[in-house]
Parts: sequence; C-alpha cells; structure tokens
Amino acid sequence: MLLRLDRVACIRGDRLLFEDLSLSLAPGEALWLRGPNGAGKSSLIRVAAGLLRAAAGTVERFGRVALIDEAAALDAELPLRRALDFWARVDTVDGHTVDRAMAAMGLHPLAEVPVTMLSTGQRKRAAMVRVIASGAPIWLLDEPANGMDDAAQARLVAAVTTHRANGGAVLLASHFALGVPDLVERDMGALA
Amino acid sequence: MLIALFWRDLRRAWGSGALWLPVLFFLLVATAFPFAVGPDAPVLARTGGGMVWVAALLAALLPIDRLVRPDRDAGVLDQLAVRGVADEVIAAVKILAHAIGFGLPLLIALFPAAALLAQDAGRVETLATGLAIAIPALASLAVLSAALTAGLKGGNAIGGLLVLPLAVPLLIFGAGMLDPSGRGAVKLLAAVSLLLTAIGPFAAGAALRGLRE
Repeated sequence: MLLRLDRVACIRGDRLLFEDLSLSLAPGEALWLRGPNGAGKSSLIRVAAGLLRAAAGTVERFGRVALIDEAAALDAELPLRRALDFWARVDTVDGHTVDRAMAAMGLHPLAEVPVTMLSTGQRKRAAMVRVIASGAPIWLLDEPANGMDDAAQARLVAAVTTHRANGGAVLLASHFALGVPDLVERDMGALA
Repeated sequence: MLIALFWRDLRRAWGSGALWLPVLFFLLVATAFPFAVGPDAPVLARTGGGMVWVAALLAALLPIDRLVRPDRDAGVLDQLAVRGVADEVIAAVKILAHAIGFGLPLLIALFPAAALLAQDAGRVETLATGLAIAIPALASLAVLSAALTAGLKGGNAIGGLLVLPLAVPLLIFGAGMLDPSGRGAVKLLAAVSLLLTAIGPFAAGAALRGLRE
C-alpha cells in the first residue's frame, strides 16, 4: 500500500466539500478523480499531499510524494534546465535522471529557454519532468494535462504507464479522460 | 538540499540588480538627511548615528514583498512542504540568506553613509559593530513580517507596522551604543538580537504553515 485515505472529510471556508471519502492506492494502481469544477478534486489532492489538513479521517502515505498542481514552482527568470536542476538538488537526484525525464517529456530542445517564455503546456511538461525525476513512488497529479497538446498528452500517459510498471501509484485529478489504460474511476461529482 | 535552498534565495536577492535596492535606499536617506537638517557638522555628527539605525531598519524591511510571496505564488513552498521540509527550516534558511544578502552590502554602504553624516572613525566603528550584531535580528523580523503578510493583498504596508514594536529595542540599544555613557547598550543589543533571531524561524515557520490553510 502506498497511499490510504480513510473516511476523510474536507471543509474549505464554511463549505463541506466532501466527507466519508476513502480510497487506497497500491503499487501499480492509478485512480482517476473526475468531476466538475469545484467538486473538490484539487482539495482532495492537497489533502492527500498533506498540504491541507483533513477535517476528519486519516491520511497515510507510505513513501515520498511528487505533486503537480496549478503552480509550476519553477523560477521564471532561469533557463528551464537550471530551474529543474534546483529541484534535482532538493530531491538529491543526479543530472542524468533529469536528462532522462526531460527526454521522456520531449523538453530537450527547450533546455536553455527561460521558464517565463514557456507556454502553459510546456510548463506542465516541465512540472512533469520534476515529478518523473524526483523518483517518488506516489504521484499526485492535479490537472496535469491542462494546456498540453495531443503529443504531450501521449508522453504524459506513457510516463504514467512506465511509473506504474515500476511499482508507483498515481492519483490523477482531471475533468477529462486522458486515455491512461486500466484506470479506476472515482466520480467526485456524485459525492456532493 | 538546504544549501540549494540557501543559494536560490541569495541568487534571487542579488539577481537583477535587487542587491542595490536596499543599499541605494540606505544611501539615499544618508544623502537626504544633511539637506533636511542643514550641513552643520556637529549637529550631523550628533544626530546622524540614529539616522543610520532608522535607515538600516527601513532598508531591511524594504524587500519584504519578495521574500516569501513569490515563493508562495509559484508553489515553491508547497513543493517543499510535500517533500517534508519543515517550515521552520525554510524560515531559518530565508533568514540566513536575507541576513547575508542584505546585511553584507549594508555594512559596506555604511562607510559612505557615515561619511555623509559626518561620523568620525570611532562612531563608524561603533555603528558597524552594532549593525553587525543587529543584522540577524533585522533579517529575522523582515522574514517574519514577509511570511505574515504573504497571504494578504497589499500586505507590504502593514508589514512594517507589524514588526515596528519588535524593532524598537534594536533602535534604542543600537543608537544607545553611540552615547558615551551607554556602555551596557552593546550587551542589551546583543541580547535583543539573539532573542529575535532565535524566535524568528519558529514564528515565521508558523506563519508559513498558516499560509497553506
């Protein structure tokens, strides 16, 4: 087991987003949180990441976590490669790992381009590089494909598939289907 | 990993000319002051030391809007939290980087500023010693107010107000060192600086944690 949420509730402001929500992810598993805007997908991801306290219930993580959310967390003024290298140092992984992750997301041609010049989809790919390179077994991906073109989405799906084959788990929040094979669905809209 | 964090903060503090901003501000005050009170050297010498302290405090608080808020908006703080880096550690690294990023240039700028304010060699030495003692505390207060106001719109303005009461003892004892009869001032300044520097990481860390809720 890599991630387990047991009867979790989340309150934002004075609004109950969801309650009594349980889920678990074993190595190789992937769960797709679907639902309309405001259903609580992002909040659930943040609760799973430990960034938000659950109002009730327990959250257990058995391994390191890699997170994508709406913010890329890359220094805008730096060239892409140097911005990614900062996180490689924080995660104590070497340059080859970053190289391979950049190749997986097809970002090598952009290595010297400042982050501020990148498009939304390119930034999402860069954030994905950080997730892949981190080597963390638990991936929490909040709308990872926003702004991505078809080719980039295919790379994302391939990266998720490789990660699962290597024994990782993926919690994916997205309002549209990504085409990841063998995906368990959880409709957040049905909870409310 | 902490070294990577530290270098990143220092690079961002010194990158794109931001290094000179607090220093220029500091020198601006030192330049403007003689015009305001008149060029009478004895008056300048007597009052200039206190002015240096006020200018140093304001220079420390000048960059608070870019100490924490950009990291929060860019998601860097969230990413560090996900990696299990304690908020207190992040705050401590930020305080250290700010102390060096703004403290070193400030100490260098002290010399031209002191000359503009007609401070003699003895007083310059006292000022340099006092500022060197107070810089960790000033950095600590700056990061604390930056963390407290990062979640507020237009928070910079109240940032200064928040830490002013805490900064008052630094001003009193720092400027008090210049008084020939104030021999105990340096010890009290060191005590206050130590206290503020020690509290800083925990208070700012708690404020960083609050930003996530």
